[in-house]
Amino acid sequence: MAIWVDQNTKVVVQGLTGKEGQFHAARCREYGTKIVAGVTPGKGGQEVDGVPVFNTVAEARKATGCNASLIFVPPLMAADAILEAADAGVELIVCITEGIPARDEVLVKQALAGSKVRLIGPNCPGIISPGKAKLGIMPAHIHKEGSIGVVSRSGTLTYEAVDQLTKLGLGQSTCVGIGGDPVPGTTFVDVLQAFKDDPQTEAVVLIGEIGGTAEEEAAEYVRAHFPKPAVAFIAGQTAPPGRRMGHAGAIIAGGKGTAKEKMEALQAAGIHVVPTPAEIGITMAKVLGRA
Amino acid sequence: MKVHEYQAKEILARYGVAVPRGRVVTAPEEAKAVAQELGGRVVIKAQVHAGGRGKAGGVKLAHSPEEALQVASQILGMRLVSVQTGPEGKLVRKVLVEEALPISRELYLGVVLDRSRGLPVMMASAFGGMEIEEVAKEHPEAILKEHFDPVLGLRPFQARKLGFALGLSGSTFKEFLAFSQALSRAYNETDASLAEINPLLITEDGRVLALDAKMNFDDNALSRHADIAAMRDWDEEDPFEVEASKYDLNYIKLDGTIGCMVNGAGLAMATMDIIKHYGGSPANFLDVGGGASQERVENAFRILLSDPNVKAVLINIFGGIVRCDMIASGVVAAARNLEVKLPIVVRLEGTNVEEGKRILAESGLPLHPAGTMAEAAKKVVELAR
Repeated sequence: MAIWVDQNTKVVVQGLTGKEGQFHAARCREYGTKIVAGVTPGKGGQEVDGVPVFNTVAEARKATGCNASLIFVPPLMAADAILEAADAGVELIVCITEGIPARDEVLVKQALAGSKVRLIGPNCPGIISPGKAKLGIMPAHIHKEGSIGVVSRSGTLTYEAVDQLTKLGLGQSTCVGIGGDPVPGTTFVDVLQAFKDDPQTEAVVLIGEIGGTAEEEAAEYVRAHFPKPAVAFIAGQTAPPGRRMGHAGAIIAGGKGTAKEKMEALQAAGIHVVPTPAEIGITMAKVLGRA
Repeated sequence: MKVHEYQAKEILARYGVAVPRGRVVTAPEEAKAVAQELGGRVVIKAQVHAGGRGKAGGVKLAHSPEEALQVASQILGMRLVSVQTGPEGKLVRKVLVEEALPISRELYLGVVLDRSRGLPVMMASAFGGMEIEEVAKEHPEAILKEHFDPVLGLRPFQARKLGFALGLSGSTFKEFLAFSQALSRAYNETDASLAEINPLLITEDGRVLALDAKMNFDDNALSRHADIAAMRDWDEEDPFEVEASKYDLNYIKLDGTIGCMVNGAGLAMATMDIIKHYGGSPANFLDVGGGASQERVENAFRILLSDPNVKAVLINIFGGIVRCDMIASGVVAAARNLEVKLPIVVRLEGTNVEEGKRILAESGLPLHPAGTMAEAAKKVVELAR
């Protein structure tokens, strides 16, 4: 099963002709992902590594039947790219772009509210269902097909966790990077809901960080509705308040959004919260009785 | 990005938010002249990027132009130490000279992004002058909230709800409607991340004005607001951080002894956390980004080594798409070029890690390889002692 992406996902890459888009689309294809089209306005008719490029997502969808989009366009154009994909009927949109203004994200959220579109990101590494499909920039080789669902606001920290899991023989069902921005398209709760209904997912790793209340909301959901075991780590326990720690959303504002509050909330919900990222893998192994 | 109070008021005024008459000056003589223009009685306010200025002696009343000169000469050049500045304080280079208005009531009005709802929210309370966080703790029921549309701004009915709940009436009520809607427009249209009026002043004759104003702006949107970006006051920012921003490096100075260089913001925070967990203290947050090329590593090295508190360095790179041997070569070249003498613990993980480790081992530099994050943290904490 896995969630949201698999071998049937047909992907259009918005920004395929750019350096990042071309590089990562090639890595996704190597992994077996069906990259069926690219979109760059004004470059319709060209090809990139054999993939046809269209001027609009609507044309790409008509010609290829793509049902997912992977976005690599520059930050000030990214919100428009998301809306274009949604307008064309693409149901899963993965936006890798970092640096999108928060107000653009607010406007996108408003525009997509009530629609069937799932937006993952922005400012995220993407999503991978190991052995099936990868829509993102994560290194494929550290992943292994299995039963652990991973959801995270961070990129490299997720790779760290996945690497630990794989080395312990714990494969993953799907790994979702929800991104480090203040208004993400997909939240922890959205991903947990999908993992709950996914028979392949046996347990979950949740990686949060300072800022906002998404982890507290996840804790509340787990407490009330999520029966599978979970291990969590929160980055930024030593971050000073009022400073943005790299990610636009990683900031302790007005004394709220501290790692301590989040860790306490997760713990109270019965989640195994680890104090350092080095313990994510081994703790999961213990929880599952496979250490 | 932060701006000064006088700049926030200048921006807000463009959107129709009422502010007291006044001007920013850098010399006591100018303060006297402005006081004369304003009729004598003025408030002199230190312009620094920190709250708590009043208690720190940075905001004072002057009853005459002569007194304005005297007060301004006290405040200009002082090191203002408030709860928000740290013990070293902030040098006051500018003061805002404003008309002193007769106060009847002080309220609070602020706008932030409600991340859970994904909408801007206006908050109002009758506890003007008090920090909103404190009000939230002590009188949570006293905070009124209206989420508003990111394009349309606060609707008139929403402004009326707030105005009635605050107990306003007559011309004051009408002025408040215009004021609050203008504030929401200013927030929306400038890509602000915070617009806070605290206190909001109701004068004895019923006028509504922003007595103090604070605005922060979304760094990701500054490129579409050249006028606001130009207001950046580099004097208010940490020189190390300014230098790092020139190379697109995300650097935040902290007060520990272990310099950190990491790729990715989450992993960088987690690296600081694990250093602390093993009894050390990070000197900085530094995200070199996904690429971690030799040039970036070299710039990052230079910046973190310019901090004299650094006793040892921890490099933690998860080479995903980028190969570890390339990163190792970059680290070695950068350490050679900069003649780094401090002990450096390098933890590489990912593609071609064995080759990367060999390059580090054969470099002849004071490099200490580590296999896991825990091992790396323990080692660097030891070496920094």
